[in-house]
Amino acid sequence: MISALIFYMFAGLLVAAGVMVISARNPVHAVLFLIVCFFNAAGLFLLLGAEFLAMVLVVVYVGAVAVLFLFVVMLLDINLVELREGFLQYLPLGALVGLILLCELVVLFGGWHFAPNVEDIVQHQVPAAAAGISNTEALGRLLYTDYAYLFQASGLVLLVAMIGSIMLTHRRREGVRKQVIAQQVARNRSSVEVRKVPTGGGI
Amino acid sequence: MFEIGLAHYLTVAAILFTLGVFGIFLNRKNVIIIMMSIELILLSVNLNLVTFSSFLNDLVGQVFVMFILTVAAAEAAIGLAIVVVFFRNRGTIAVEEISQLKG
Repeated sequence: MISALIFYMFAGLLVAAGVMVISARNPVHAVLFLIVCFFNAAGLFLLLGAEFLAMVLVVVYVGAVAVLFLFVVMLLDINLVELREGFLQYLPLGALVGLILLCELVVLFGGWHFAPNVEDIVQHQVPAAAAGISNTEALGRLLYTDYAYLFQASGLVLLVAMIGSIMLTHRRREGVRKQVIAQQVARNRSSVEVRKVPTGGGI
Repeated sequence: MFEIGLAHYLTVAAILFTLGVFGIFLNRKNVIIIMMSIELILLSVNLNLVTFSSFLNDLVGQVFVMFILTVAAAEAAIGLAIVVVFFRNRGTIAVEEISQLKG
């Protein structure tokens, strides 16, 4: 009973915040509603027993991705009025496509039932609560053993993304004097001229 | 009604997915809102995976959610970098203006 009410609260807030994300007038408000979305999704994850992913969602998504969005929205000097032009122009088409998609998904999910031999297909059982293994520990045991290569590959994806975004946004400015370490290190004795200066004579 | 099952979670995920698709149609001009709609879609997919993982007692679904989160974060970073570079060059982020690659 209580968990059902909590589910409806999280689900309702999630959907309401999602509606606000796509309909907010100001992009800054849209980002803030996106953050509300992530928090409520994390609540649903908690209800489903995926504590680690809930925390990852809060830390990584709210802490990094949403703040990145916020930075970009605030950094760019966007003409809001111009961007809002024709907002309602695509409303009928979008509503039609969305409605069809929603009906299909609901029909698909409404008639969902598991195959009778589903227990045989399960690869890695979630440890029972009595075993005393937390969700984080179980996930770590799986991630660092069976999925170690995929884990490394996802780290590589992040590295490439980091290098790519730095390369894209890095800007070389003219007229800025910088220290060139390679030139300094490459200097040797012959590049330095030593002259004998007579006393009082000057060069 | 008060017995929360698989169908409830899947319905929420379906509504969220639809909202994301709808948002792409609605905000045809603003690239940033389109990217936020894509984030909504990815979130709904993650919710689906976690739901099935929980109801099937299979941990692999949660592992996949971690990988999807990684790719989504990378996608957001690169997309926003492209938006910033485009804004620096053209002074606008309206989608209709992004037509330089057209033959």
